[in-house]
Amino acid sequence: MAVFEKRRLWLAVLAALALAFPLLVTNGYYVHMMTISFIWMIAVYGLNLFAGYTGYLSLAHAGFFAIGAYTLGILTVKAGWPFWLAFAAACLLTTLIGVFVGLVALRTKEHFFAIYTLCVGYIIYLIIDKWDSLTGGVRGFIGIPAPADIGPLSFQTPVAQYYLVLCFLVAVIFTMYRLVYSLTGRTYIAIRNSEELALTLGISTMKNKLASFVLSVFFTSLAGALYASFIRFLGPDIAYVSVMFDFLTYLLVGGIGTLAGPVVGTLLITFLSQQLQFLQDYRMLIFGPVLTLLIIFYPHGIAGGVIRLKAKREEARRLDPEANRVAAELAVSSQGRGERHAEEG
Amino acid sequence: MLLHVERLTKRFGGLLAVNDVTFSVEQGKINAIIGPNGAGKSTFFNLISGLHRPTSGTIAFKGRDITRLPANERAKLGIARTFQTTHLFEQATVMDNVIIGHRLRTSSNLFDAILRTKRHRREEQACKEKAMEVLDFVGLTHVADRMVANLSQEQKKRVAFALALATDPELVLLDEPAAGVNPDETEGLEELIVKMVKGGLTVCLIEHKMSMIMKIADRIMVLNYGEKIAEGTPEEVQNNEAVIQAYLGGSTVA
Repeated sequence: MAVFEKRRLWLAVLAALALAFPLLVTNGYYVHMMTISFIWMIAVYGLNLFAGYTGYLSLAHAGFFAIGAYTLGILTVKAGWPFWLAFAAACLLTTLIGVFVGLVALRTKEHFFAIYTLCVGYIIYLIIDKWDSLTGGVRGFIGIPAPADIGPLSFQTPVAQYYLVLCFLVAVIFTMYRLVYSLTGRTYIAIRNSEELALTLGISTMKNKLASFVLSVFFTSLAGALYASFIRFLGPDIAYVSVMFDFLTYLLVGGIGTLAGPVVGTLLITFLSQQLQFLQDYRMLIFGPVLTLLIIFYPHGIAGGVIRLKAKREEARRLDPEANRVAAELAVSSQGRGERHAEEG
Repeated sequence: MLLHVERLTKRFGGLLAVNDVTFSVEQGKINAIIGPNGAGKSTFFNLISGLHRPTSGTIAFKGRDITRLPANERAKLGIARTFQTTHLFEQATVMDNVIIGHRLRTSSNLFDAILRTKRHRREEQACKEKAMEVLDFVGLTHVADRMVANLSQEQKKRVAFALALATDPELVLLDEPAAGVNPDETEGLEELIVKMVKGGLTVCLIEHKMSMIMKIADRIMVLNYGEKIAEGTPEEVQNNEAVIQAYLGGSTVA
């Protein structure tokens, strides 16, 4: 119970910090950075659901992110749809594409799945890059409107947009939280743990993997649509593999298969890259080795490392009474032997 | 006959892993499958549980042909199994591992999970109760909150048993339940298997520990190079010429 309340306290502090951030930090640049980080986090949660909890590394997610973003752009600018209708349609369309990709991709396993989805991601990039008439090709896509007002709420200012993105992020985290601690979440984890065992336990692995994949694509498309309306300019680069590996880096550093991982990893890496901006692409010379070391020594990232440490302590504490009892017995018996030896002597 | 296998064959490329085996599992009995390493025992289990598709032959469970049924559907019909390596989730507690065992008897989906519907709450409770019940049956209530990684090999085997039992099976396939377990603990597992059968289950097991097999098995089938070379009671099998040759190495084996 104490643990539970402590966690609640932490969450309350974090929520308060997130709410107060634009008021405390008046520098518009940092508010902008934070909003962008939140958008990445939503995408990384999508990746985490499938890679972290279901055990399949999808490398097509940057592509889905881009489909979400471009669909919103095209529907609002070219088709003139109302913003929120286009927003919903962007998520829906991407999710639908996710269903079809999933149906094919999930026939493969492990690294074959990763390679297959990498190809899918690259094909999405190529389509966006080459389909000039629809996407603007390499020139990019300009003039996407900011989120439309909802009743009295206006999202024209950066601070308002910050809160809007925060709302979506909280909703995604809440959904993930409920999912992970549910029978469905346990089912995904069982599939990640051993697909053979899950099958023989009567779990339809294909159905569950598809559901998890599609929801994961939905989260990522949501991030993409938010990105389009926030940055308001799109280039084919957002579908490129480097974006995919950014997502993956955030997830691995924060902790794959943990609830806090995407937040921790994204914040840390975006903050670090900002601080190391003067190094330009040479930053990778720092990130590369750090990431390698992290994967060797903390394969479950920062959040995963903390969780394991806590679990170890808990286990040690639980075993303590038993260990004490055994130690006491040993002491008594060796004492007894000592006395016998003395008598014999 | 709870399970009847007719002329089952499985070919992996040029290798005949299981060759024309006809075999029946009697209800309420302990049926053992023995044979030298590489005899095709585990492949045979994979065929029955549905992880592999047979090249030819049929499998019938309770009179129903299940040859084309996927593994998860077979589990729902009441065929459970354990693996040689337990396949458990080591970094989770015993309880967390076992809860999923009853999932196949529940129907709540993604939306139930996110919306925390009444159905989800009810079914989650049912899964937890089932887990407690089977952990009690295998004698692991006291380690329910422990991490599986910190358990002994024998305890891990018991967790695997509990997981299989949580599916509400009629037939339990045990793949080398006593492998890597010391003699004292093996006796404990023997008692547990006997207890399962007394509780109304049918057991089919693969095992290398002959003392255990001879003690608890009602019927034994011997596989060698994918073929059935003998079948019968422990005494009959023990005195069978072909079996002795297969185990001690005879001139008949190429």
